[in-house]
Order: sequence, then structure tokens, then C-alpha cells
Amino acid sequence: MHPASSVIFFTTASGAGFGIMSWLCVAILMGHYTLTPHTIVMGVIGLVLAGAGLLSSTLHLGNPQRAWRAVSQWRTSWLSREGILAVLTCLNFAGILALYLTSGVVLPWMAGSCLVLSLLTIIATAMIYAQIKPVPRWHTKLTVLCYLGFSTSTGMAVIASVSPTRYHVYLAFGGLVLAWVFKLLWWQRASRTSLSHDGSTTATATGLTGFSSVKLFEKPHMTQNYLMTEMVFEIGRKHAARLRQIALLAGGLLPFICLGLAIMTGQTAGFVMLSCVMHLIGVGVERWLFFAEAEHVVALYYGKS
Amino acid sequence: MTQHSIDTSPHVSDEVRKTTCYMCACRCGINVHLRDGKIRYIEGNRDHPVNQGVLCAKGSAGIMQHYAPSRLSTPMKRVGPRGAGEFEPISWEEALQTATDWLQPIRETDPAKLAFFTGRDQSQGLTGWWAQMFGTHNFAAHGGFCSVNMAAAGIYTMGGAFWEFGSPDWERTKLFMIFGVAEDHDSNPIKMGLSRLKEREAKIIAVNPVRTGYNAIADEWVPVTPGTDGLFVLALIHELMAAGKIDIDYLIRYTNAPWLVIKNPGGADDGLFARDKDGKALVWNRKTGKPTAYDKAGITPHMSGEITLPSGQTAVPAFQLMMDKYLDSKYAPEAVAQTTGISAEQIKQIAAQLAHVAFEEEITIDTPWTDWKGEKHDKMIGRPVSFHAMRGISAHSNGFQTCRAIHLLQILLGSVECPGGFRFKPTYPKPSTAHPKPGRGQGPGKTLSGPPLGYIQGPEDLLVDADGTPQRIDKAYSWDAPFSAHGMMHMVISNAYAGDPYPVDVLFMYMANMSWNSSMNSRGVMEMLEAKNDDGNYVIPKIIYSDAYDSEMVAYADLILPDTTYLERHDCISLLDRPICEPDTVADSIRWPVMEPDRDVRGFQSVLLDIGARLGLPGMVADDGSPKFADYADYIVNHERKPGIGPLAGFRGEDGTQSGRGAPNPEQLNKYIENGSFWSEELPEDARFFKHANQAYQDWAVKLGFYDAPQPVTFQLWLEPLAKFQLAAAGHGEHQPPDHLRSRIADHFDPLPDWYAPFEGEALEDGAYPLHAITQRPAAMYHSWGSQNAWLRQIHTTNPLYVPGPVCDEVGLVDDDWAYLRSHHGEIKVQIRRMEAVNSRTVWTWNAIGKRKGAWGLSKNAPETEKGFLLNHLIHELLPGSGEGLRWSNSDPITGQAAWYDLKVSIRKAEEGAGTSEPNFDAQKSTVTPGDSQLRYGQEW
Amino acid sequence: MTMLPPEPTKKLGLVIDLDICVGCHACAVNCKEWNTGGYGNALSDQDAYGSEPSGAWLNRIHSFEAVPMDAQGTPQPSDARIVHFPKSCLHCDDAPCVTVCPTGASYKRAEDGIVLVNEDHCIGCGLCAWSCAYGAREMDRASGVMKKCTLCVDRIYNENLPVEDREPACVKSCPANARHFGDLADPSSDVSVMVASRGGFDLMPEQGNKPVNKYLPPRTKTSRCASQTRDDEVPDLVSLAQNNQSTGILGWLDRTLDAIS
Ligand SMILES: Nc1nc2c(c(=O)[nH]1)N[C@H]1C(S)=C(S)[C@@H](COP(=O)(O)OP(=O)(O)OC[C@H]3O[C@@H](n4cnc5c(=O)[nH]c(N)nc54)[C@H](O)[C@@H]3O)O[C@H]1N2
Ligand SMILES: Nc1nc2c(c(=O)[nH]1)N[C@H]1C(S)=C(S)[C@@H](COP(=O)(O)OP(=O)(O)OC[C@H]3O[C@@H](n4cnc5c(=O)[nH]c(N)nc54)[C@H](O)[C@@H]3O)O[C@H]1N2
Ligand code: SF4
Ligand code: SF4
Ligand code: SF4
Ligand code: SF4
Ligand code: SF4
Ligand SMILES: [Mo]
Repeated sequence: MHPASSVIFFTTASGAGFGIMSWLCVAILMGHYTLTPHTIVMGVIGLVLAGAGLLSSTLHLGNPQRAWRAVSQWRTSWLSREGILAVLTCLNFAGILALYLTSGVVLPWMAGSCLVLSLLTIIATAMIYAQIKPVPRWHTKLTVLCYLGFSTSTGMAVIASVSPTRYHVYLAFGGLVLAWVFKLLWWQRASRTSLSHDGSTTATATGLTGFSSVKLFEKPHMTQNYLMTEMVFEIGRKHAARLRQIALLAGGLLPFICLGLAIMTGQTAGFVMLSCVMHLIGVGVERWLFFAEAEHVVALYYGKS
Repeated sequence: MTQHSIDTSPHVSDEVRKTTCYMCACRCGINVHLRDGKIRYIEGNRDHPVNQGVLCAKGSAGIMQHYAPSRLSTPMKRVGPRGAGEFEPISWEEALQTATDWLQPIRETDPAKLAFFTGRDQSQGLTGWWAQMFGTHNFAAHGGFCSVNMAAAGIYTMGGAFWEFGSPDWERTKLFMIFGVAEDHDSNPIKMGLSRLKEREAKIIAVNPVRTGYNAIADEWVPVTPGTDGLFVLALIHELMAAGKIDIDYLIRYTNAPWLVIKNPGGADDGLFARDKDGKALVWNRKTGKPTAYDKAGITPHMSGEITLPSGQTAVPAFQLMMDKYLDSKYAPEAVAQTTGISAEQIKQIAAQLAHVAFEEEITIDTPWTDWKGEKHDKMIGRPVSFHAMRGISAHSNGFQTCRAIHLLQILLGSVECPGGFRFKPTYPKPSTAHPKPGRGQGPGKTLSGPPLGYIQGPEDLLVDADGTPQRIDKAYSWDAPFSAHGMMHMVISNAYAGDPYPVDVLFMYMANMSWNSSMNSRGVMEMLEAKNDDGNYVIPKIIYSDAYDSEMVAYADLILPDTTYLERHDCISLLDRPICEPDTVADSIRWPVMEPDRDVRGFQSVLLDIGARLGLPGMVADDGSPKFADYADYIVNHERKPGIGPLAGFRGEDGTQSGRGAPNPEQLNKYIENGSFWSEELPEDARFFKHANQAYQDWAVKLGFYDAPQPVTFQLWLEPLAKFQLAAAGHGEHQPPDHLRSRIADHFDPLPDWYAPFEGEALEDGAYPLHAITQRPAAMYHSWGSQNAWLRQIHTTNPLYVPGPVCDEVGLVDDDWAYLRSHHGEIKVQIRRMEAVNSRTVWTWNAIGKRKGAWGLSKNAPETEKGFLLNHLIHELLPGSGEGLRWSNSDPITGQAAWYDLKVSIRKAEEGAGTSEPNFDAQKSTVTPGDSQLRYGQEW
Repeated sequence: MTMLPPEPTKKLGLVIDLDICVGCHACAVNCKEWNTGGYGNALSDQDAYGSEPSGAWLNRIHSFEAVPMDAQGTPQPSDARIVHFPKSCLHCDDAPCVTVCPTGASYKRAEDGIVLVNEDHCIGCGLCAWSCAYGAREMDRASGVMKKCTLCVDRIYNENLPVEDREPACVKSCPANARHFGDLADPSSDVSVMVASRGGFDLMPEQGNKPVNKYLPPRTKTSRCASQTRDDEVPDLVSLAQNNQSTGILGWLDRTLDAIS
């Protein structure tokens, strides 16, 4: 699939945003009923990230001026659900902040609903991809876990950079490990998941069964078309492997080491900030690969097998 | 929620104008929907005899053709060097006067100094007549490099050819063999026909080195090695003869198989027919044992044996000679398998199937009919086997004989013009003897003696000087290519450049991209067009060219006469030219300006008539010297070839009620337009089959004016005119070939269909060029035209070279590799694709996709120029070994047909990473304004 | 309205015969021609005369090369064949392209099952194209909306067209009659009968989309003898010489001539 930068930014940024909101709600629910200036900064960052992500997601639309229509089909469409949930989550969270700032009150039930909404938003985002059966590498619950994992890990990474408490650093550390466990599982599944994972082959795509091989002889058009640029994105095997290493290194190993150093040296602020930046970059690369490496079965009609 | 509601009955168009497509030469009927003065939609006309409502990809892309940015918009004269594309716009008056000034002196001194060659001309009735009136025999259209082998073999053998003049009986055929066809001119009818065969589960056998298109859907594939079909067919004939599976009754009735051929080895009459005192060929009456005129009703002749005639001559029935020849074991399936690449088993199987279907699955139609001898038949017997063949057969140096062999096979099976067989489209069949002979020059200021193209019957009809020097610039109708019924356009530039047989003064061309895809040796041709004499003048002094688009040829002309598009002009698809008839229907059609030109362009035919009038050519000026015809439309209606016979056969007579013959009708064009731009008439029931021998058909044809007296055809299996040439080659007669051509004529002019190896391969060192290289027409492109079409070019933006799997493995090639392809003439660099469904020694590509930079309104880095390529750079117009004053044309020795598909090549892998095809030429300067990058055609609706 | 309607009682669709399609692209170009001035926005083309020409098409023709195998499963490359393969929207019963659409622009018509895009509501998010396994939807780059085969909904019911022309443009134009249009819910319709008798099949049934359009398989072909049973009955030609040692072809000729006269 074509890795559109707006979509990569959207999923990464809004993922982190909702991750932050989720964590803050958890904190509230865990009894930290007061919001500090620190947490308010975090909350604002969360809202900004989520909002920027959502806005950027309209950049790849053919007709962004009609984007509002996208919230109408919650009964069937994960994209619609995501839009609605995202807005509700942001409103809910903004409500929490506003209430606190105006009256100093924090209502736990609001945090509870916000947490649920926020997690659902992340799930909805993930489901946009996980529901796509023609993309076998996406079509798995692991995709949802990965999105949840990276949302929480990036969310906590931001939180920890703003407020590098030991507690936050530990959580960031834990989130990082968990997210990468999911992602490694996802990658492992992906490596086993070919185009024909669900049984789709050039033979089933064309109905030309009973032959020893079926190969594309001529494309319908010699140059690229929308389907090819959008869904038959080609990325070299070597290139992909290199990028995976970078994603893992920048997004996992180096933040891991930084956080470890932070814990060991107590020089928290710098290391945590560094780890957060690297983690976000790494997740960006991971997201790029998430698209670039996802093969769509339509490629069977364009010479892939 | 409610469902979105839509308007399911939107307004489609303000008006529908019916005309004739010309995105190719198939000439389908189209309905052009207009909306707000623009073309909304083009669809097939359901009532039209050719396409019955369907439309091909090209036809459907007519909108993009019509509005292409590459359209020329004004007359131009060249200001830069030839080939550069530098022009200056001029007025029509200046253009027409320039042409007149160039041509007038020639006509007054030596009309042959004008070479007038038209390419994809559908108005040869007019252009040929114009040449005749001008007095130059240097005229032809593109047939000589296209398919004259097909046309000439068909006409000489049976009075009509596959090539547009006949078709399989799609409704009844049970076994259909298609030889060497990718698209053909009958593009839509063939597809419609194949579909009818499929519906009836009739069997289709495809003989073709490549298994794409029509061949892909065939039930059986014969992966023949290029150039060997003749041998394959003779092996089938061998099998059928040996098994007695031939239709003797049919041969007796309709062919010259029983005619007596004089046997006098070394004598001056050897191989000629024994004739009576009236010149009628004789047969040997079985009952009386006496020779009798062949046309006597009710006799059964001997088909074998030897007779001594009263004259003392020894003679044998032609059939005896056929048995002698074809029963020879060199035609046994086992003997030909290696050369043809077809297993003996498959050949035998096919022979058995042919015999089975022809003789065990006979069909009959209960329509009584009478033959030309007056014998009555109570039904029509059909042998439901039919064949079609085209350029895969004809574009070889043995194509004439191969095509004859295919006809012979059809005829032996009794399947020509019978129900279920191959059927002629009126105005065919027509014997070769009923066609005119090629016209001769009669000197300065004089017209030709007749139309420039025709059918010769012997050496006496050649257009050569006493010493054998060709009279025509292309050497058509010379000893080089005596039966070149369509001329040899592919030799014109090369000969004019070499001054062989003489230089010309003006080269006038129309609708032929001769500096590119329609020439062999394109680079060489470009150089010849650019070449200058020591005095600094061009070797070919003046070039006038009419094109509608900014083609590669435009850059090489001195004077450009910009034509309209096919939707902006009158045209006439005439029975006098290549008609659009179907076997049961006679038909002709017109085009008319369904769109007004928005540029300063004029229909070429009107321009030609204008120039003719300025030159004062007979027939083009009235008595007072004023132009006789206002324009082409006026000519179409009012020109008469003979009294009552004009370009259009429909709606004749003052009131428009007459067909075929009748006085000009001033309302004729309107009548055509009302009728969908065509006229058609069904053949009478009893005239539909056996047209060559059917009295009812012959009478009907006379009534419609195809000819003035019945012209039944006796199929000429033994072709006497060829025997005459062999006699001349052996030194007999007053007309003698030059010595260097004697053995070539003796060896290849066998009066019976024969096979010999194609010339190019034979002239090359063994194994140096082990592969055959051919092209195919893509269904969605018409030669070079398609690339300017925004929709079609997306389908064929470049052309890979398809290389058989075994060759890829040998050479180490994988998909998208670049490779060098080398012939005796040069080397090109191309990108390859692996393919299995192809003869294992044959590489191929789509034809005419490669473009020169700067042409066709395309950007300079268009894939057509960067990756597309032409095979033409590897094909030479002369055979290897030419030189020392001998210029052996790469053509069939009998007809002069260009032997495109004789090409032999070798292949090697190119260095990694390099990505442009070679040769790659400097850009020609575009003479048109580039089109918009983004198109949103129809957005306003 | 991205809820799928209850299973329509009428399912209009196409049946495409791979046994006769010659890959001529007529249907694809005619489709583009009809639709660029028809339903919704034009089917635009980009870099039309440049180095990377592309455009929106609703129907495209692919070709495949299929290598058969013998009874032992050994590939027979010398008997490879080309199959031309036209592809447009299959108007699936379980159309994921409809349910994923966030705006309701994509919908399946309740009355005849045609899957359409309401281009005035489409935001051009591309999700429907992602969800279509067949590549039947293409974004129009100029208008930013999703285009797809409309089954010529503006032809098949169009009262401004003669009755016989109320069929899809691709069906009308196909010179080989490889495309058929009709109601696949009606078992007695021509198309349903064709599907039943010729073994019509679904593309990628494993994707679970239940396409309405069906494809008819190419008949078995070999380079030797073909499908027709007739071939099995055709005996090898036996040479006359073998048949009748004494008279050979001349004897046969004599007998034949005797029979004629
Ligand atoms: N779409 C489209 N239609 C066209 C044209 C076009 O450019 N585009 N051009 C028109 C013109 S001018 C012409 S002349 C006709 C020509 O129409 P076709 O006769 O169809 O001509 P080609 O495409 O040259 O196809 C020749 C076929 O012969 C095969 N072949 C080559 N050598 C041999 C051989 O030795 N034996 C056998 N059995 N087969 C062989 C090739 O593989 C190819 O399939 O088409 C006309 N129609
Ligand atoms: N390698 C290889 N070469 C081949 C062949 C092959 O099979 N292989 N086939 C050969 C054959 S059979 C043929 S017929 C030739 C075809 O070759 P050409 O006859 O040269 O055919 P086109 O490329 O169509 O070029 C015709 C010219 O007519 C112009 N034209 C188009 N429409 C109009 C119009 O309305 N009015 C005017 N005045 N001009 C117009 C076009 O712009 C173009 O410049 O190619 C030959 N060349
Ligand atoms: S075959 Fe196609 S291009 Fe040729 S005349 Fe017919 S519709 Fe036009
Ligand atoms: S083919 Fe694709 S676009 Fe058409 S209905 Fe099915 S899923 Fe949707
Ligand atoms: S591109 Fe348009 S039709 Fe497709 S899912 Fe998005 S809004 Fe719906
Ligand atoms: S039904 Fe209409 S829109 Fe669909 S592919 Fe055919 S022509 Fe195109
Ligand atoms: S028009 Fe018919 S034969 Fe041609 S590609 Fe389309 S379906 Fe196949
Ligand atoms: Mo041609």
C-alpha cells in the first residue's frame, strides 16, 4: 500500500495523543484526582496531537471540505466510528480539563468514559486497517494490539518527557516493551503472511485453476494507474529489512537503552526526552512500513504472486 | 435512511449524426452523438452491415483522435533543413499554387517525374484516376508493402482474396483455420464471426507463431515457424490427396484442374494450356476420348494420363501435374515437421479433421440454382470448412505461393463459395483477366493509357523498356516483380534516391508515415530524404505531403497540405475501390462532415481536385477551363466512370431509386446520410453461393454494373501467366528478363503452388541470426496514429520484445532486461518480456509503438520514444548480398510484396541498468501546440 | 447509506466469457468514452501527452499466460496459452466497499443491486478501493472522488435511448460478444442459464464478497486436438495406396469419375 505521509503522521500523532489522554484518565481513575500544571500541559499536548493527526488525515482526502460527512456511517464504517469517537474523546477530555480549570473539579466518571472512548478510538483507527481482508498482513487482531501498544507507549513517552518521574519512566519502559512485543509478533505473522494467506492466488483471482502456473502477460495499461500507485506499492526486500532495523533501533532499542540509562543514572530528563523523540521517529518508520509492506490482493492482477 | 436517488434517464445528446469510422480501414458505421456542439459519444451503428452496432477500442477513442493536440492546423512550407520540423504557415492559395507550379512543368515534359504515392488511402478511385489523368504511372497506395501477396494470389487464383474481398461463412462453418492474422482490416467482423463460431461450438484452428488475440481463443494452436506455412499446407494437401479426400466433382466444375497442359520440356509452349482455335482451353473428354473446349456442358473430363493432341502436342490434365507434384514424399508430414516446427502427428490430425468435416459433415441449402454453363442444381452443397489468412502469410518473400497453396487446399476441399466455406463479397469474384492491365505512359502532357494499377497476364504486359529497364520508379510490373498489382511503395524513396531506374522531381505522398513505421530501414530512409547532391540540392528535390497530424513524415516534407479528421470531411467508400460488402450484401458508404473543422484545413480529396483543375487535367476541368467539381462531395455525386456508373452505387438515377447503374442524383449524399451514411442491398436468394459460377449472381452483378457482361471465374490452380514467365526465363519469346533474374524466375514462378525458403534467411550465413522476428498489430492501436490518442496510448505506451522462454534461458534474460537485437542490417536495443505461448525460435513485438522524439504532439520524454522501438530499423529494403549494381529488393519475387516477416535476428543481453531504446534520434521540432496535461473530457456534462 | 440492503430480488450484473474474449480493449475504451461525459465527474487523465500518462478507467483488460500441466503434473510450457481478462466492478452482494465507506457515498441499490458512489458525498478517502479485492474502484485524480462501474445505470433505464440500446456500453460495443448483461437473481434469465451451463464462477470466492458478476471459463484447449468430441472420432487419414494396393490414387480417381458421369 502506498505510504501517504499524511496518514503516517495522522496515525502516529493521534495515536500518541489518545495514548496521553488514556494515561491521564487512568491516572485520574487511580485516584490522582488533582491535575497539576504538568498534567495540564500533557493533556493539551494530547489534544493537540490528536487534533493535528485528525486534521492531517483530511489532507489525503480528495474532497476535504466534505470531511464532516465522514461521521455519518457509524453503523458500518470503522472510519466513521473513528471520526465520531475521536471527536467525542477530545470533547470529553477537553471537558475534563475545562471543568478542572474553571472549577477545580475532576469527575471520575468523566475520566472513565474518556478512557473507554479513547481506547475505542485507537481500536477504531486500527480497525480501519485490520478490517481490510484484501490486505492479509493487516487483517489480524494483532494490528489492533499494535495500535493500542504504540498509542500507549508513545503517549507515555510524551508524558514521561514532560514529567520525567521515575514512575513515568517505568511505565514508559513497560509500554515500550509491550508495544514492541506486539509489533514483533505482528512482524512475525507478517513474514508468514503472504498475499495468498486467505487462499487468494492469481488462479483464484482469475478463475484459471488447473494450470501449473498463471502469470500476468500484459498489464491493462503500460504506465501506472491509481490502483498500482495506491495498492501495488513496491518496496525492495533489502530496503524493507533495513527500515525494519531502523524502526526497531530508533523506535525500540535506543529508547530502551535511554530509558534504562535514565533509570540507572537518574539523569532522567535528557534521556527520557531523547527516548521519546527516537521512539516517535521509530514509530513513524514503523508506520511507513506498515503501509509499504502491506500487500493488497489486487496485486495479483498486476503480476504479483 | 433513504437511498440516494439518481436520474436514470439523463439527457444524452442533442443530435446523432451517422457516419463511417476511420480509426482504421475496417470502416464501421458509427453514430456520433453531439452535445453542445461537441462529441458526447461515438457508438456503433446497429444497422450497419460491417459492424452491426459493435465498436472497437480505436473507434471508441474517436473523440480523443478528433480533438488530438497533434492535429495540423494550417498549410506549411519548410524553412529549416529536411527532418528538423521547421516550418512556416502559409495560405491555402500559396500552398495550392506552389504545388501547381511544381507539377505543371513536369506534366508538360515528363509526367513520370512525379511519384504520387498514397498510403492508407480509401479514395484510390480518385487518386488513381488523378494519376492517370496526370499521366504518371508512378502511382500506388500502400498495398505493395501491405498485403499484395494476398490480393494477387486470390485474384489470380480464384478472382478474389481474403483481403477484404471475402469472408468465411461464419453462420455455417464448422471448422475454421486462421493463418497469420492478428487484427486484419476486417477487425470487427472477424471478432463477431469468431463469436458466432464459438456459439455454435465450431472448431477454430490458429496457425500462428504467436498465441495472442484471435489465436488465444482458438481451440487448436499450430505454432508454425515463420515463413513455412506453405510447406505445412502442401503437407496437408499431400495427405488429403493420398487419401482421396478431395472434391473431384468440384474441381471439374469450377477449376482448371482438368485443363490440358502442354508437356514439351524445353519447348516454347511447355506449361501452356492446349487451346482450340478460339483460344479456349481444352479438356480431355472421357466419353469421346477427344479434346473438347473446357466450357462445354455435361462432360466428364479425364483428370490423369497423357494425351497426344491432333496438333501433335503432348498434354496432360493439370490435375495430373498436381498429383505428380504433391504426392512426392518431400511433402509428407514427417518430411516437413522439422522445417515447419509442426509435428507430423498434428499435421496428420488436421488433415483428417479437414477431410472429416468437409466430406462427412456436408451441409446443404435447398435453394435451386443454375450455373453459367446452364446446368441446373436443385440444392447448394456445402463443405463447412473455411480459411482466413493475412499478413503472417503475405509479408514473406514466398507469400504469393503460400497464399496460393492455401487457396488450393480450400479448392481441393470444395469449400470456396459454398455454404459453410469461404465466401466472396461482391463485387468479387472477378477473374484477373477482367481487370484492366496497368496503364502506360503516353508522353508529355498526355494521360496514361489506363488506370495505373492492374493485372498483367504475361511478359508482354510488363512496364519495361526494350532492354528490360523498369518504367516505374518502384520497379513494379518489371522483371523484378512482374505481378506487383499494388505497386511497391516501399521501394519508391530508395529507388528515387538511388536514381534507379531514374530520379524523380516531385514526391507527392498522402497519409503514409514513410520516414518511420511504414518504411523498412527507417534510419536509411530518413537519410535518403535528407541527402543532398553536390550542388546542394536535395536528391529528391521536392516533397509534397498531406497528413492530418504531426507525424514523423511531416518533418521531411517541403510543402504540407493539412487534412481534416475523419469527422470533418466527405469520403466515399466505393465499389470501385475496396468495398465494405458482406457475402450476402452489396454495400458502399460515405463520410460527411459531422463536425466543422475549427482549423485552416481542407479535405485532401478536395485539394487534389483543386490542384487537378489548376493543372487543367482532363476530367477535372469544364470546357471553359473552370474547375469541373466544386469539391470532393461534388465529384462523388457527379463523376461518372462510365455512363451511369459513379463512385457511389446507391440512390442513383434522378429520383434516387436506382442501384448500381443510373444517372447522377443531386440528392445522393443526403439520401446516404438519411440512411446512416451507407447503402446496401441483399443478394437474391439463388445468387448467394457459387458466385463464380452462378448465373443468377452473374446477371445480378451485370445489372448492378460490376461489369458489363458476365464474368464467371474458373479457378486457376495451374497459373498459366507464371508458366509464361518461366518460359521467358528459359529464353523463349521476345520479352526476355535480364540475365541476373532468369534463375530467380525459373525457380520461383512455379505455375502450381509451391514452397521455397524465404529469401533473407537463405542469404544469411547459417546460424548467425537464428531467430525469427515479427510484429503484430495491437487491437487497440492503429499503426502510428494511436499514440497521439490520450486514451489509447495508456494501453500501449511502450512495446516490449516478447522472447520465448527457452531463448530467455539460453541468453540469460529475465523480464524487463534490456537486450540487443541484431540483424544483417543493424542493431537495436530493446526491453524484453518472457513469453511461453510463442514459437520457440520467434521473437515479436507490437507494431509501430516506437515514436521519434518531438512527433505526434507528445512530450520529448514520452515512453514511446524512450522505451518504445521499431523493428523496422533492422529490416532492409534490399536483401543481404545486394551490391555491385544489383539491388535485390526484400520482396516477393512475383508480386513485389515487402517481406517484413522474413527478418532473422540474434539476441544478446545488454549491460545492466541502461534504460533507453536504441536507436534514439534527435527530436524533430513539433509543429503543433502541446495539449493540456490534464484532461477532463466531458466534465461539463 | 452504507448499510447493505436486504438481498435484492433483482441482481443486475455482467457475465464475461473468457473463452471468447480476444483482449481487444473495446469494452474498456467504450466504457471510458460513455462515462467520461456521463454519470458524475469526468474520468480524467493526467499527463495525457507526457511521460507518465494515466487516467481513471472503470474497466480494464488484463492478459494472463497460463501453463498447463500433463496428467503427472509436469508443466507444459510449449502449450502455454494467453487468456484475456476484462475486469470491472462485480457488484458484490456482500460489498465491503459499501460498508467501509464513512460518508454513505457508496451504496448498493436495493432495487437491482447495483453498487454506486454518490459523488457529491464522496470525500475521496480511498477506503472503499482498499476494501475491494478486485481493484474495481479508481480515484479520479481531478475531482478527488471515487469512480467505479455504474453498470451503466444511466443507460440501462434511460428513456432517452432506444430500447435496444438500454444495455451497458461495454456490452453493446464488445465485438466478440464476450459480455452479457442481465438479472443474475432470476434463474431463468439468459445470463443465469449461461452461468449454469458453462460453469460460471466467482472471482476470489475466498474473499467472501459474493460477486454478482460471473465469469465463464475458457474451454479446454491443447495444441494437439481440441475440445470437440468430434476429434476423437476422426480417424487418421489412411493413404489410398495402403488401402488399395492394386489401384492407388489413379484407381480411386477412375472410380470417382465413373461415379460422376
Ligand atoms: N488494430 C489494428 N488493426 C489493423 C491495423 C492496425 O494497425 N491496428 N492495421 C491494418 C493493416 S494496414 C493491415 S495490413 C492489417 C493486417 O492485419 P494482420 O494480418 O492481422 O497483420 P499483422 O498484425 O501483421 O499480423 C500478422 C500475424 O501473422 C503472424 N505471423 C507472422 N509471420 C507468420 C508466418 O510466417 N506464418 C503465420 N501463420 N503467421 C505469421 C503474426 O504473429 C501476427 O499474428 O491490419 C489492419 N488492421
Ligand atoms: N515492422 C513493421 N512495419 C510495418 C508493418 C509491419 O507489420 N511491421 N506493416 C506495414 C503495413 S501492412 C502498413 S499498411 C504500413 C502502415 O503504415 P502507414 O500507412 O504509414 O500507416 P500509419 O502509421 O497509420 O500512417 C499513416 C499516416 O497517415 C496519417 N493520417 C491519419 N489520418 C489521416 C487523415 O485523415 N488524413 C491524412 N491526410 N493523413 C492521415 C497519419 O498521421 C500517419 O502519418 O506499415 C507497414 N510497416
Ligand atoms: S474496426 Fe474500429 S477503428 Fe476500425 S473502423 Fe471499425 S470501429 Fe473504427
Ligand atoms: S467489486 Fe469491488 S467495488 Fe465492486 S462491489 Fe465488489 S467490492 Fe465493491
Ligand atoms: S472514497 Fe468516497 S466512496 Fe470511497 S469510502 Fe471514501 S467517501 Fe466512500
Ligand atoms: S457496465 Fe458501463 S460502467 Fe460498467 S464496465 Fe461496462 S461500460 Fe463501464
Ligand atoms: S470488448 Fe469483448 S473481446 Fe474485447 S476485451 Fe472487452 S470483453 Fe474482451
Ligand atoms: Mo497494411
